[in-house]
Amino acid sequence: MKRALMKRLFPALLIAAALAGPARAVLPSEQLTDPKLEARARKVGAELRCLVCQNQSIDDSDASLAGDLRVILRERIKAGDTDQQAKQYIVERYGHYVLLTPPFEGQTLLLWLGPALVLVGGGIWVARMTLKRSAPPESTPALTPEEQDRLARRLESESVT
Amino acid sequence: MKRLIFLAPIVLFGAMFVAFAFGLDRDPSKLPSTLIDRPLPTFDLPPVRAGDVGLKTTDVSGQPRLLNVFASWCVSCRIEHPVLLELKARGVPIDGLDWKDEAAAGRKYLTEQGDPYRMAGNDQSGRAGIDLGVAGVPETFLIDAHGRVRYKHIGPISPDDWTNTIKPLMDKLRAAG
Repeated sequence: MKRALMKRLFPALLIAAALAGPARAVLPSEQLTDPKLEARARKVGAELRCLVCQNQSIDDSDASLAGDLRVILRERIKAGDTDQQAKQYIVERYGHYVLLTPPFEGQTLLLWLGPALVLVGGGIWVARMTLKRSAPPESTPALTPEEQDRLARRLESESVT
Repeated sequence: MKRLIFLAPIVLFGAMFVAFAFGLDRDPSKLPSTLIDRPLPTFDLPPVRAGDVGLKTTDVSGQPRLLNVFASWCVSCRIEHPVLLELKARGVPIDGLDWKDEAAAGRKYLTEQGDPYRMAGNDQSGRAGIDLGVAGVPETFLIDAHGRVRYKHIGPISPDDWTNTIKPLMDKLRAAG
């Protein structure tokens, strides 16, 4: 009886855990009444870095500056900005640093391509090492007639005992 | 020569060690300003001091000056304050932007700590500060005679910062006119 209950309860708990999203810092007073616009604001806000707690997005951060930026973002979106324009509004003030996904440009080439370079470079190195190791050993010189004779004799004597 | 290739990971490790060791010394809160060599964004702020004029972008005085962003709730501003008072005594024009603060609190702060500012504006909503790219207080902008931002200092100005960095820049701007 108890086991049957657990069997049902456990998947239910798993599903509940999977459905529970991370807690956001967006306050009810900041939210837009139009759910469509609010959804856009959430999407953009999650992509912008908070200047105070630098590894959180402005959506996640409780810092007062993050709250101000969320309000500004919503004002821009309400005023008819596209997501890109609203994001640009904040980037103009705080620089590319606020983008949690850095843009692909000259300054960030190493950042974007670095892992691929390491992978390709390392791959080539490993491939060369393994190829070298698995190459057949150079052929050893054949036995001289005298050596063959000695080998035959030894084999014979061992098989007798 | 073939042996040397085995040293490569050690050399690489050494190079990364040095690079990261230097990186540890860098302060991640010191972000480059997007305003460098661009005109000050427009703002028109009410005064901090009673019966004062406040602070406007259009108040370009024709001489280089400092724009100091402060707040009465800011702890490191209190550390910086004596330096600002000393600069005022030496005749350096400093304007103040009281960020995310009530004018009354800002006024009390200036009465208690001394008032180094030529003009002081209250930015209660924080919008003017955000337009300036302020992430925290104190921050100080060096503005040239034409109202363009030329340098941004993040954190309290120490006497060394003034002597070694800000003063030489300001002297250069003065000489350039």
